[in-house]
Amino acid sequence: MAENLLAIEDLKTYFYTPSGVVKAVDGVSFSLKKGETLGVVGESGSGKSITAMSILQLIPSPPGKIAGGRIVFNGDNLLEKSEEEIRRIRGNDISMIFQDPMTSLNPVLTIGEQLTEVIVLHQKLDKTAAAARAAEMLRLVGIPEAEKRLKSYPHEFSGGMRQRAMIAIALSCHPKLLIADEPTTALDVTIQAQILELMNDLKDKFETSIMLITHDLGVVAEVCDHVVVMYAGRPVEYADVETLFEAPLHPYTWGLLASLPKIEERGKQRLEAIEGTPPDLRHMPTGCAFAPRCSKAQTVCREKQPLYRQVREGHYVACHY
Amino acid sequence: MTRYIIKRLLGLIPVIIGVSICAFLLIHLIPGDPARAILGERATPESLAAVREQLGLNDPLHIQYLRFMGQLIQGDFGRSVITNSLVIEEFAERFPATMELSIAAMTIAILVGVLAGVISAVKQYSWFDNISMIGALFGVSVPIFWLGLMMQWLFAFKLGLLDASARLSVELRLDNITNFYVLDSILTGNWEALFDSLKHLILPSLALATIPMAIIARMTRSSMLEVLRQDYIRTARAKGLKEKVVIFRHALKNAFLPVLTVMGLQFGTLLGGAVLTETIFSWPGIGRLMYEAIMQRDFPVVQSGILIISLIFVFINLVVDILYSFVDPRIRVN
Ligand SMILES: Nc1ncnc2c1ncn2[C@@H]1O[C@H](COP(=O)(O)OP(=O)(O)OP(=O)(O)O)[C@@H](O)[C@H]1O
Ligand SMILES: [Mg+2]
Repeated sequence: MAENLLAIEDLKTYFYTPSGVVKAVDGVSFSLKKGETLGVVGESGSGKSITAMSILQLIPSPPGKIAGGRIVFNGDNLLEKSEEEIRRIRGNDISMIFQDPMTSLNPVLTIGEQLTEVIVLHQKLDKTAAAARAAEMLRLVGIPEAEKRLKSYPHEFSGGMRQRAMIAIALSCHPKLLIADEPTTALDVTIQAQILELMNDLKDKFETSIMLITHDLGVVAEVCDHVVVMYAGRPVEYADVETLFEAPLHPYTWGLLASLPKIEERGKQRLEAIEGTPPDLRHMPTGCAFAPRCSKAQTVCREKQPLYRQVREGHYVACHY
Repeated sequence: MTRYIIKRLLGLIPVIIGVSICAFLLIHLIPGDPARAILGERATPESLAAVREQLGLNDPLHIQYLRFMGQLIQGDFGRSVITNSLVIEEFAERFPATMELSIAAMTIAILVGVLAGVISAVKQYSWFDNISMIGALFGVSVPIFWLGLMMQWLFAFKLGLLDASARLSVELRLDNITNFYVLDSILTGNWEALFDSLKHLILPSLALATIPMAIIARMTRSSMLEVLRQDYIRTARAKGLKEKVVIFRHALKNAFLPVLTVMGLQFGTLLGGAVLTETIFSWPGIGRLMYEAIMQRDFPVVQSGILIISLIFVFINLVVDILYSFVDPRIRVN
């Protein structure tokens, strides 16, 4: 088995707001092996983006603060690194793409400027070499007439093309890890598939591992090797894709799977959402965070927080049952 | 681009007509008799009537207006009824003084305003932010003439560091090339005059800069705060760029767009502020010329002056709009 590229251990990221401490990420642990694609799923607000931003230490501070834990990347704890060292990792060893390609690119700089900037910064190439690399990257992500397109501004690109450009920027320094935070949510379905396929191709080409954050279990089934399911700032289940889809253990995972329309029923049936709403992150229940919405909940679930434990080789779950 | 500029220039025609009507009515409807202003209190009714006839003041207003416009179209801005010199020449002579003052004021306002705004936004709610925003509030609300007088009192009379009136000490000679004294001293290598003209320039330009500086600082701050929240700033940070690069290259370039519009408007307003500032600091520019002309009921100077100042205002805004389209690719017109 390949070694861990990234291991997050008991990460805690809190927001100190006037109305109380928001424990957006409260004890997240998972790891990601070299060359694999890890899916991170969970409802809106479960702390997926905050986990990702914590890795690169992009949490707005104040009010945010990483309150504890370790983020081990390639053997080093990123949380012990200086600002300068982290900056050398961002965009170089670990890069990130975001949900909304319409707003993630700077409107007053050309695609070329935004692309060469990161290449010059990390690869120490001169302007000409960087421009050549930039054009090559645009070609790789499937943008025709790359040389000409370098001079375009983001508003001259469609949504799909902008996300391709974002991918080009993210991969231009051949990072070891690409964090993709819902990279396709804002795009329409056909473009979504193209972007996912592109990411998959480039992943092999550049030997990049991917942490893919998504709402969409369908996407997970297609491209991920392992999945971590998050709920209210904590991981509730981790397994490889087959196990998770065939033998899920956590009731929350069941709920997510049930809300996934079967291929043959797509369009016919309304999504079966999980009843209830996630808890207020400022006042977490004492027991299992999911207990109030769980159909199987017992007294112990409301009183004691379940341990996140390994039940079988490579299968973790946080549930009393 | 050329087509856009031509279109904008054509759009100026109705503006000019509107302004000319206002300028004309303003001076002809307010009480006061130019003939009496020229001849003095003890003029005989006959001589007053003769002067009125000579100036065409007995004709109906619309005839007077049409005559005024007719002359304007031929490039004739009339003659001062007091000194009998050509209005256009009086303006040409005074114009560099006002421009020198305005450019100095605007430079101070932009440099200090933008920098203070950026730092305030980046360090929101810090002591720097609090102090500069209180300062900015003070800056927009304090009357220029009061501030000007206070500065004169403190820096010129109490401390004797700077000069409080005129553009150059009387004992100094300076060969004029452009009539921008700072520039002329540099061009002629006259370092004594350079030092002296700067000492004269600082106080009035600071007084004149106060309001635009305060407005630019507040505008830059709010615009920066807005931009710093944007997704592309997060992208820039995620690339590993230095915070300096994130702020000045990625954020300020975007935040600058609304500030640029404000700057254009402020530059125009500056010309209005110049009337007060030039009067307090005895600065021989068009502001002071206008002030004197109004006091003396020199109506050709006032009406042409208003028109010329408005033209400058409109022209500056046109330049800003064109600049804007260069900075913002989204509205770049081909
Ligand atoms: N600046 C902030 N101040 C206070 N709370 C915040 C802040 N940013 C995020 N949070 C909280 O952190 C929680 C987790 O947010 P996060 O963006 O990680 O969710 P997510 O799982 O990515 O959701 P989505 O699927 O909607 O993107 C949210 O419930 C939010 O309330
Ligand atoms: Mg998110």
